[in-house]
Amino acid sequence: MTYVYAFVFVGLLCLIAQVIIDNTCLTFGHVTSMFVVLGAILGFFDVYDKIIELAGAGASLPITSFGNLLYHAGLDGYLQNGILGIFQNMLSTTSAGITATVVFAFIMTLIFKPKD
Amino acid sequence: MNKEQYGKIVKKNTPKEDRFLNALKAFIFGGLFGVLAELIMQFLRRLFNLTVLDATVWMMIIFIFFACLLTALGVFDKITTFLKAAIIIPITGFAHSVTSAALDYKQDGLIQGVGSNCFKMAGSVILYGVISAFILVIIGVIINV
Repeated sequence: MTYVYAFVFVGLLCLIAQVIIDNTCLTFGHVTSMFVVLGAILGFFDVYDKIIELAGAGASLPITSFGNLLYHAGLDGYLQNGILGIFQNMLSTTSAGITATVVFAFIMTLIFKPKD
Repeated sequence: MNKEQYGKIVKKNTPKEDRFLNALKAFIFGGLFGVLAELIMQFLRRLFNLTVLDATVWMMIIFIFFACLLTALGVFDKITTFLKAAIIIPITGFAHSVTSAALDYKQDGLIQGVGSNCFKMAGSVILYGVISAFILVIIGVIINV
């Protein structure tokens, strides 16, 4: 059942993004930024955790999960160390994604030449 | 020829993109990515005896690695024209934007080119993610006091 929910959730997000891009003048850059904010808002209302319970790892894949992780990391930071904790903890859980992106992107840049 | 006529001719000769087909493609392939993510996560969890959280992070790192590799090989853009939003909305789109920006500016040198341009697109994701999360945490704290 998790696989069905994962299919529907990620599919719906991509569908919404594609409809926005085809029918307005917004680009992929606009849509990804909007989806991150959407993820943070869904995290705020505790909806995203329920989606992850249902859809499993599929729900962690879209960029919305980035916003959700940022929000929860910030909140955990506040609970641990007050206002200072928000600043200390905000990027803790998203660190893996950002670090992996930077490391792999840099290695690829050194190895490969740009096409065209 | 006035502007109106010209507009009509342009409209007639622009190839029409099938919006319904695009949306359907995005839904199906996006859904398949979701299923693939869950499959890889379960596979890693069973194979290496990891917790669900660790396996999820490994799964994301694998996706990021392949997105960076495909971008560097120049294949990613071709896939995007076929899969549409399905490959941009997952974390692969984030990895692609960093790698393509870094590669495009490689000729300007490692500092002025790669260093100052690699977050051109991904920067907005991090910026608005952090800002919105920060504001929401503050709102949540104020509500719960």
